Amino acid sequence: MTIYLPIAELAVNPLLIVLLGAMVGLLSGMFGVGGGFLTTPLLIFFGVPPSIAAASSATQVTGASVSGMLGHWRRGGVDTQMGTILIVGGLFGALAGAGVFRLLQLWGQADTVIDVLYVILLSTIGTMMARDALASMRARKGAAVAPPRRRSHHPLVAALPLRWRFYKSGLYISPLAPGILGFITGMLTVILGVGGGFVMVPAMIYLLGMPSRVVVGTSLLQILFVTAGATMIHAMTTHAVDIVLAGLLLIGGVTGAQFGAKLANRFPPDILRLILATIVLLVAIRLAFGLGWQPDEIYTVELG
Amino acid sequence: MRVWRSLSLLAALPLLAATGPSLVPEVSQRDIEIQYSFSGAKLLLFGAIVAPESAGQGQSDIVVVVKAPPRSVLVREKQKWLGIWVNADSSRFLSVPGFFAVASSRPVDKIVDRKTAAIYELGLDSLQLSPAGEQEIELQRRFDTGLSDLMRRQGLFSEDGNRVEIREGALYRADISIPATVPTGIYTAETFLIRNRKVVAAATRTITVRKTGFERFVAQSARNLPFIYGLAATLLALGLGWLAGIVFRRI
Repeated sequence: MTIYLPIAELAVNPLLIVLLGAMVGLLSGMFGVGGGFLTTPLLIFFGVPPSIAAASSATQVTGASVSGMLGHWRRGGVDTQMGTILIVGGLFGALAGAGVFRLLQLWGQADTVIDVLYVILLSTIGTMMARDALASMRARKGAAVAPPRRRSHHPLVAALPLRWRFYKSGLYISPLAPGILGFITGMLTVILGVGGGFVMVPAMIYLLGMPSRVVVGTSLLQILFVTAGATMIHAMTTHAVDIVLAGLLLIGGVTGAQFGAKLANRFPPDILRLILATIVLLVAIRLAFGLGWQPDEIYTVELG
Repeated sequence: MRVWRSLSLLAALPLLAATGPSLVPEVSQRDIEIQYSFSGAKLLLFGAIVAPESAGQGQSDIVVVVKAPPRSVLVREKQKWLGIWVNADSSRFLSVPGFFAVASSRPVDKIVDRKTAAIYELGLDSLQLSPAGEQEIELQRRFDTGLSDLMRRQGLFSEDGNRVEIREGALYRADISIPATVPTGIYTAETFLIRNRKVVAAATRTITVRKTGFERFVAQSARNLPFIYGLAATLLALGLGWLAGIVFRRI
């Protein structure tokens, strides 16, 4: 059985796409990440053009983050003030990202830049997560108890002018810091089709010094709005949103996310983090090798 | 219906035959509709050769050329640079059909000379892709081969020298497969009757390839109503995510 994707203009097996969505959804539910960093490269492996893969995967991330965000909201785990600033920064970043994307396309290097960015981001984050997870597993065994890290923001953040009080996060910092952070993740959303949670969460903890109880909820709020904005921007500029592809991914994604959330309660968090780190590193390695292997097609054709 | 019409045409053949050789072509589908389950199509081209004095005038050959409307494309070539493969050179072609299939009763180079083949674009080697700008001949040739190789592997360009079947010198048929990735547009199906290395008769039919139903609606909305389309995609995402949350909280 195949189904024709009207924008990507190719026929795919719908079950395969739903399954892919479910797998990514499962991960997103288990680890609280959007999963766009897996959807985009996997869709590209399937033969979906990169821009359509990125656009449609942004749409899927919106769906995957809804129920998670609502859950955190009910538990009071969302700092709306901080979230608003992240969203505003994110939307500007998304617009800037659309411009950068267009330039890269004209230059002909969009695919390579996307791949290289993925390799850099995923290998950095994967290594960081693996190190963290291993350290906390060792600590759990009682080998060496690391002194608890004092929660504070980075000196660079403290140096920014115009400080505001963020009551829910208990911070007194310049709104420029979350604004810039939002801007960067917004750019990543449009260019890479990722929510950017895997960049934003560590940055919120280590750079802004936000307390962990509001980190995930607030980042999901930002991801929700910014991926929705990215879908709109793609729809209006690149016309690359394939609603059928996104729909199939969503059907798998939202159900997978729910199962993932239930599974997450059964495993110790540091093992989960180690598994996620392994997956992230594997994707990074596969992409890195992919850059060096001779591609199947030396020539590519674009209209216009 | 259509079959009966062509049969009645065949019955009228002797009356038409006075003026010299001609062709009565027909295609199995005038419209190819791309729908949700579209995974390609098989196009049957058939017809009659009307040539009463054919006996003793050498072998009749048929060449069928199915062509999508030409488009301007940019072809990029990857090269290894610092250990990774990146797009390096590029070249623009002004008229590349999104689909081009040549079927003939014998290999084209055995039927006609190069000049005739070039005039009627019989065969991949004769296809005029109209490279833009001035480039070295060798570079141009490399891109030419690269482009037509790529299109061939995707099933979008094809040439088959044994695909047309001629029966009793009067009836011919050829089938051409159209992959799922073909562009939409008004295609032409040209049929050439060739005798003694000369095109003695030619006829053209058009075939419309278009998206229908939901696919057409989606593709048109994405183009013409991008804001509403984007909003629909976003609401779909929000709705499904929210719904899943509710359903699973009950379970």
